[in-house]
Amino acid sequence: MARMKFICDAERCIECNGCVTACKAEHDVPWGVNRRRVVTLNDGVPGEKSISVACMHCSDAPCMAVCPVDCFYRTDEGVVLHDKDICIGCGYCSYACPFGAPQFPTNGAFGLRGKMDKCTFCAGGPEANGSQAEFDKYGRNRLAEGKLPACAEMCSTKALLGGDGDVVADIFRNRVLTRGKGSEVWGWGTAYGKPTGAKS
Amino acid sequence: MMARTTLAMLVAGAVVVPLAGCGERPQVAGQASTKKSDNKAWEAVQSAHLSDGYKAGDKTAWEAHLKARTERGQNEYTRTPSAPK
Repeated sequence: MARMKFICDAERCIECNGCVTACKAEHDVPWGVNRRRVVTLNDGVPGEKSISVACMHCSDAPCMAVCPVDCFYRTDEGVVLHDKDICIGCGYCSYACPFGAPQFPTNGAFGLRGKMDKCTFCAGGPEANGSQAEFDKYGRNRLAEGKLPACAEMCSTKALLGGDGDVVADIFRNRVLTRGKGSEVWGWGTAYGKPTGAKS
Repeated sequence: MMARTTLAMLVAGAVVVPLAGCGERPQVAGQASTKKSDNKAWEAVQSAHLSDGYKAGDKTAWEAHLKARTERGQNEYTRTPSAPK
């Protein structure tokens, strides 16, 4: 198996935030923590693009490089996870991550910053697979249940693909080749027909 | 003679004992600060919500199951007969 990867198709994402909701519900993520979020460029302007962003499970993860207590590890499938029993909540990983993936729960307006929380690719943590301790700290372990991340599986337009990098890359490549590019992409011209010629 | 020996031992002790503080103690990370080893994703799982047809414990079966699930759930082009594969 190749590495587990997410790909978000900006041509399909409609900013419905279904992925965000699925993630929060699946893992019982606390208020104020968003493991996944939808970012929109040129919001409100025709041609705006949205993508769903979370931990990208980097091959050379900067969070892993800067962590002073070395709480990160990588699974055989390339999923970057961390041990919350080791994390000291310093926030270095947050500064290092280019995607803003690490999140820190706080208790009240002036509360202490808690231990880091981030997308686990629905792979839980170092506790026993499927245990209550794992759920309490990291959420559901869907990979161990033979499932894929909830955000990708719940995406209504299939904009967000998640799974074996080779497989999702093939799906995305086939999709791009089929739909074409520019004016060929599904949109106004495809739905209502392309102009056949200038009006006389 | 006896007093001189005792004095020498006391002096030697007074010199050596403080030096013991200069020694280096082993600094092995304790259990609390050591990362736990994680189970493999395909190993046994305590869950009543396993994917249909999936049996934990076999890595090859797990990989095949995930691949099939990805194709079935995320590749709509395979659902329509005339669509390109």
